[in-house]
Amino acid sequence: MQAGLDGRVLTFTKAGFAAPACRGTGGGTLVMTETELQQADSILGQFDDRRANLIAILQDIQAHFYYLPEDVLRRLARKLRIPLTDVYQVATFYRCFSLVPRGRHQVQVCLGTACHVRGAPRVLDRILTDLKLGAPGTTRDRQFTVLTVRCVGCCGLAPVVRVDNKTHPHLTQAKVRGVLNKYRLKRQSQEEVASAEEAGDRDATAQVG
Amino acid sequence: MPRLKSVEELESLRAELRAARDPKRPCLTVCAGSGCTAAGAHDVLAGLRRALAKHGLQDAIDVKSTGCHGFCERGPLMIVWPEGTFYNQVTANDAAAIVASVSNGHVPVEKLLYRDPVSGKRVIREEEVPFYARQQRVLFGNNGRIDPKDIKDYLHVGGYAALARVLSTMSPEQIVDAVTRSGLRGRGGAGFPTGLKWKLCRENPAPRYLICNGDEGDPGAFMDRSLLEGNPHSVAEGMIIGAFALGVQEAYVYVRAEYPLACEHLRAAIDQAEEYGLLGDDILGTGMKLRIHLVKGAGAFVCGEETALIASLEGRVGEPHPRPPYPAQKGLWGRPTVINNVKTWASVPVIINWGPDWYAGIGTEKSKGTMVFSLVGKINNTGLVEVPMGITLREMIYDIGGGIPGGKALKAIQIGGPSGGCIPADLIDLPIDYERLTEAGSMMGSGGMVVMDETTCMVDIARYFMEFLEDESCGQCFPCRKGTQRMRQILTRICAGNGTEDDLLLLEDLGWLMKQASLCALGQTAANPVLTTLRYFRDEYLAHIRERRCPAKVCRELIFYEIEPTLCDGCHACVRVCAGDAILGEKEAIHTIDRAKCTRCGACLEVCQPRAVRAGTGELVCRN
Repeated sequence: MQAGLDGRVLTFTKAGFAAPACRGTGGGTLVMTETELQQADSILGQFDDRRANLIAILQDIQAHFYYLPEDVLRRLARKLRIPLTDVYQVATFYRCFSLVPRGRHQVQVCLGTACHVRGAPRVLDRILTDLKLGAPGTTRDRQFTVLTVRCVGCCGLAPVVRVDNKTHPHLTQAKVRGVLNKYRLKRQSQEEVASAEEAGDRDATAQVG
Repeated sequence: MPRLKSVEELESLRAELRAARDPKRPCLTVCAGSGCTAAGAHDVLAGLRRALAKHGLQDAIDVKSTGCHGFCERGPLMIVWPEGTFYNQVTANDAAAIVASVSNGHVPVEKLLYRDPVSGKRVIREEEVPFYARQQRVLFGNNGRIDPKDIKDYLHVGGYAALARVLSTMSPEQIVDAVTRSGLRGRGGAGFPTGLKWKLCRENPAPRYLICNGDEGDPGAFMDRSLLEGNPHSVAEGMIIGAFALGVQEAYVYVRAEYPLACEHLRAAIDQAEEYGLLGDDILGTGMKLRIHLVKGAGAFVCGEETALIASLEGRVGEPHPRPPYPAQKGLWGRPTVINNVKTWASVPVIINWGPDWYAGIGTEKSKGTMVFSLVGKINNTGLVEVPMGITLREMIYDIGGGIPGGKALKAIQIGGPSGGCIPADLIDLPIDYERLTEAGSMMGSGGMVVMDETTCMVDIARYFMEFLEDESCGQCFPCRKGTQRMRQILTRICAGNGTEDDLLLLEDLGWLMKQASLCALGQTAANPVLTTLRYFRDEYLAHIRERRCPAKVCRELIFYEIEPTLCDGCHACVRVCAGDAILGEKEAIHTIDRAKCTRCGACLEVCQPRAVRAGTGELVCRN
């Protein structure tokens, strides 16, 4: 049911666990800094203590931190005076939420019916191969999180992939690399270019040879 | 803007707005719906503004962004008013030519006009395009005319006139009666008579609530998105009328999180309506109170089911509960609640404005009015289509949709999303209404219509839907949770060529059981795609099982790729895209595919210009 869980089991420990630096976790670990806790408190402060606000609050937290940090969920449960398990239940039921940090860029591959019949599964496979991922999830360098979505409502342009807020229409396997390169770190894409050039040189040499 | 204090003030404002606008003043409207935006509509808008500024025409010619026109395939779309010249596939580079043509006596820019693929002639106006000619755009008609973020545009085309009429001349009972007489049925899929639902809710004590269901989860359907994006005030107006009829003071709109633009436009519409005194306390000076709250979904297909949606609004997980009690008796916070689809609410002002008898005159005996379909998949003209009920599938596919691309043969039409079924090509003369579709094993659903051609594998499609439903089942009741899982496993097995004929009987048994025993509509209808494909395309299942052959050449385990040496020109394009380094051969030399390494991703087939790469299926697979 839950996409974006990254296949990892979340353990609620007091100390938290170390993870590479990523957007939204300035401290570089999943232990939150004072500033981040203050930010979290100000998000929580915008809502009153009704249980009905639970999903809306979680959405705001997710939008700010790109995941739902454990410390904030604990504070939220206290604020709404509900058990932490209730918060956890809602946080793991809905697709929008993630309990582990997501990458800098979110690649949403549409697997709606129209995209499916026009070849989306193969585009997805190509994206995963290109990012060296076995299944949808986050890359090791936390630059990309690949998610599958069921229809973004752009069926006329199938197959589509949405990266962050930009929708890329009429994708083919051959176009995948070009789209992803637009979002790669500068350093990385230079390496890419360099290796591509090298390969090109090899081709040329082979031809001459 | 001071709040409007009476119906008369609203009408005088409208008259003022109409007088202030010169109908002859040129206006360039560009579709900025999700589809056209993805295709570059905002670049076009910027280009037009730059071109106008360059010629000093920014005060003489207006530029406006509008909602979705429905013809997404040909986007970005734009119309030049007042002539109504329709341009398609516009780019920012065309801006100068368009501005020049408008300022020089309006000679249409030939290359941007739609070209009829049959006659080859250029078409000037939108309504002459065959895609639009057969449609009756009752709900979507204003989408291409108004700026969805400006209430004045909506007022200009007669918006909130139905509300004014209701508040000044009608009683709540009369409204319910009018909706009942119009024959309007719920547009969310089940087709429950709207008037009856309202009447049942009114019989229960206040406080009552009202919900607009915009959780359009069906893959392949995007009409609710387009309506909320393109004409949010029409939905709000329908809800205000409904609230008056039902004595409601709090209303909710639940919109899918995947639709950011729809949320933005609806938010703006609600704020503006409050500013103008059309929402909030003392609406148009009548003492009526209503607040509309916008709630964003968090991504769960099952929340489209009404009881699950209500649970989600209450901040809980979206698990449905058994009915009765129906929401009209016991809904949000345990109070009587009317929950209707986006299109149902938008139909209400139309019924009030044009009268219930006019509305009941459209459509068939039991299905009245117009229905919006999203025509997508293997079809030439993809997009949103609004047609009277009772139109045949043939008219939809060939007259409006322009047929199947590449001269391929139509195989099936999948209607109604994951809960619907696949209708085979030989039932193409079936008229579309609620009853006929159900008889054919499908259902109206929210109106997603996915066209499939000979290159679509029906077993793969059944597997696809089952995977979707397994993923989206909330897991509460056993028949749905386990049934979808087992069916997906069996279908995956058949797709891999490892199925047996007993599997087909097992699928039918499971399907029957799920229909009988599941708690909500998701589980009860989950087997439809499997049962209809088994009913109409059994031979395709048997080909997978008996001959280990996928006739549509889709199922990876059963296909192979090969290169026809006489056609290969050694261009190396396939070598560059090959995911598994499986293509051998130097540049300029004939390539061959190493089947042991081939991952059957099909990328080589996509890029091969001389069409030398071919897919095969059948006995050769065993030799791999």
